[in-house]
Amino acid sequence: MAISWNDYSTEGAFDELIGPSGRARAGAGKIMQYLRGLNDTDLRERREAAELAMRVMGITFTVYSDEGGIDRVWPFDIIPRIISAREWQTTDDGLQQRVQALNMFIADIYGDQRIIEDKVFPEEVLAQSVNFREQCMGVKPAFGVWAHICGSDLVRDADGTLYVLEDNLRVPSGVSYMLENRFVMKRVFPELFEDYSILPVDGYSTRLFDMLASLSPRPADFPTIVVLTPGIYNSAYFEHSYLAQQMGVELVAGSDLFVGDDDCVYMRTINGRAQVDVIYRRVDDLFLDPEVFNPESVLGVPGIMRAWRKGNVAIANAPGAGVADDKVVYAYVPQMIRYYLDQDPILQNVPTYLCVDEAQRAYVLANLDSLVVKPANESGGYGMMVGPAATKKTRSEFAELIKKDPRNYIAQPTLSLSTAPTLCDGHVEPRHIDLRPFILSADNRHVTRGGLTRVALKKGSLVVNSSQGGGSKDTWIVETGGH
Amino acid sequence: MLLSSVAERVYWFARYVERVENTARLILVNNHLLLDMPRASALGWEPIVSITGIAEKFYQYHKQASERNVMRFLVMDANNEGCMLQSLAGARENLRTSRAIFPRAVWETLNDLNSFAIENKAKVLTRRERYQFMQHVIDSCHLISGKLSASMSHDQIYEFVRMGRNIERADMTSRVIDVRAENLLPKHAEEMKPFSDIQWKSVLDSLAGYQMYRRYVHVRVRGDEVLRYLLQDAYFPRAINHCLDQLEQCLRNLPRNEAPQYALVRAQRLVRNAKVEKLVHGPLHDFINDVQLVLIDINSELTATYFEGKEISPAVYFNMPHQLASA
Repeated sequence: MAISWNDYSTEGAFDELIGPSGRARAGAGKIMQYLRGLNDTDLRERREAAELAMRVMGITFTVYSDEGGIDRVWPFDIIPRIISAREWQTTDDGLQQRVQALNMFIADIYGDQRIIEDKVFPEEVLAQSVNFREQCMGVKPAFGVWAHICGSDLVRDADGTLYVLEDNLRVPSGVSYMLENRFVMKRVFPELFEDYSILPVDGYSTRLFDMLASLSPRPADFPTIVVLTPGIYNSAYFEHSYLAQQMGVELVAGSDLFVGDDDCVYMRTINGRAQVDVIYRRVDDLFLDPEVFNPESVLGVPGIMRAWRKGNVAIANAPGAGVADDKVVYAYVPQMIRYYLDQDPILQNVPTYLCVDEAQRAYVLANLDSLVVKPANESGGYGMMVGPAATKKTRSEFAELIKKDPRNYIAQPTLSLSTAPTLCDGHVEPRHIDLRPFILSADNRHVTRGGLTRVALKKGSLVVNSSQGGGSKDTWIVETGGH
Repeated sequence: MLLSSVAERVYWFARYVERVENTARLILVNNHLLLDMPRASALGWEPIVSITGIAEKFYQYHKQASERNVMRFLVMDANNEGCMLQSLAGARENLRTSRAIFPRAVWETLNDLNSFAIENKAKVLTRRERYQFMQHVIDSCHLISGKLSASMSHDQIYEFVRMGRNIERADMTSRVIDVRAENLLPKHAEEMKPFSDIQWKSVLDSLAGYQMYRRYVHVRVRGDEVLRYLLQDAYFPRAINHCLDQLEQCLRNLPRNEAPQYALVRAQRLVRNAKVEKLVHGPLHDFINDVQLVLIDINSELTATYFEGKEISPAVYFNMPHQLASA
């Protein structure tokens, strides 16, 4: 017998598949039973089949080395993470509510700034935001939507509460892995899909295309849509090319585009120039237009901001949308939801201490050993400190950093991320996971069915990033019936 | 909709692969020829340096065109950006950035060839192992062409593959004729006469044309006939005339083809109207120079029209002169 659930310990964290008494949670029973029925050889074969499928499909991310970029296969765990459709419905509602408020906030910030006038959001936080772009003031994108694609990171604490850890509103990535993971699972475990009622994820590319098409400034039947990539050396290049292929649109680099005398954006084709209506950009704001932002940028398109401001081209996500993608601004999302929508937040924020506030800063400095300290504007887990795991020296270094630049730091209690059974050397062990669903917004909103579950493959580790020993799992939203 | 940048990468990918094959073929044939020639003959590796157009660069680094020096320079020396390993890297880079366009199997073959060449490059320094190395390179290039032909849609993108391949081929054929002819034509030393035939045969061999020549040209291997065959034959894949015909077919399937077609027609006239029997005894070198210039023109027009997005007026666009090509 390969897998023995009796040896599986869920102590210390909330396990997604197995409850504290060792019994399967709603929806997880069948998969536990199924896995128990597989012998060592079966398991190895399934794992190898999944790996081979990944390799054959070219599902990779890029790692830098002296010899240029190397494409690596991202580690994939074959045991799915399961969420009941019932719980997911609430999460879906909560994410929609959140993204709606965030978009209203961004539109307000680049418009009348009512939220500041009404003293719900402090002006000085905005003044110090590195992702605020004054060049976007007064622009009114279609449907008032700025963050068309949002990837929100969700984590579950020991008591089972699901928290939103952050909202990625700039160029969130990972959705291609979500789609490919499902494809691999269908190839490797077709029999499981017969027993389970699993909500499909396939429709994403079509939804993305429709959403982008709805932004087109020209009322044409076939708007020209492109995916703008920084190029093959970007770690998410696989995803850029994957999404372009899935949507049947062109994958372009900045040098493929230019802005004409009429302030419209064109791409260079063998037929001559062709007007572009919608740009799904995967290039950061600051590299988008050398005329407006970083003049050294060769990734962008000179004049593209001019074209966008005039409404001749749609850009998703809109330049400047990142103003709400800031860990200090994050702390105000519950207030935004109340202010703009007059509703109570459905999803919880992780309690956040703002170091810019004197009383909160004093609390943070006194409790560094139990808090996680994060810089306001970094993503990917850079420049942060996990208090309980940090040395005395690191803690005092961070104390200095906080005192020097309080606006740039926030602190949160250390959550014990939930775990899920993960195949490690032929047996199952709990590993910490998070979840990144993707929310599309334009004239209406759509949340992916589940999202990308990232797993920290190192025992005890809380870091799920692909560059630091993370892997991923398929995420199943299952109809459990009854209950 | 075909992006200019994609078309350009596809075109150069095909040129690099063809260049790799041509280089391997040249080395292989010279290898054979040297074994047949008398020791006293001046012929060594120098002609290969000239054919590949690297002479100036080569003599910056080397005093002598010794076998070892030439081999290193042609195959692996980073100072020669046209060397085999660099061409392979160029092909690979162009393919890597347009992987979505090509069948996966092509990427795999090119990757294999690239690793093979890097790992085994030292083998080219010994005559015994050189043969196997070059043969493997040539076979792999053919495998790439075959996979492209058999598993890629023959759409506009494929036309850029064919154009890259054919323009590179025509270029190499003209270089081979130029340099070999220099050694072979009348001013040649008396004692070399008996070897003249095998040299002309080697010209055909380096273009993989001996067998086809014998089938189509019913005379023994003779300078003027070989020249006529390589310049004007309509069916031999490496005859310049044939390469130009291929370009003509490709251009017919592409939009905005006026300027490149115009350059092509000039090249076709030059090659088809050449009086071979006069060239053999005279201004062959100047003639080949003209051929290379018209090939450069075609390349420039393709670049300006399709890769750099030169705008043309709509009037021209709707009035594509198909008839020009058959002039």
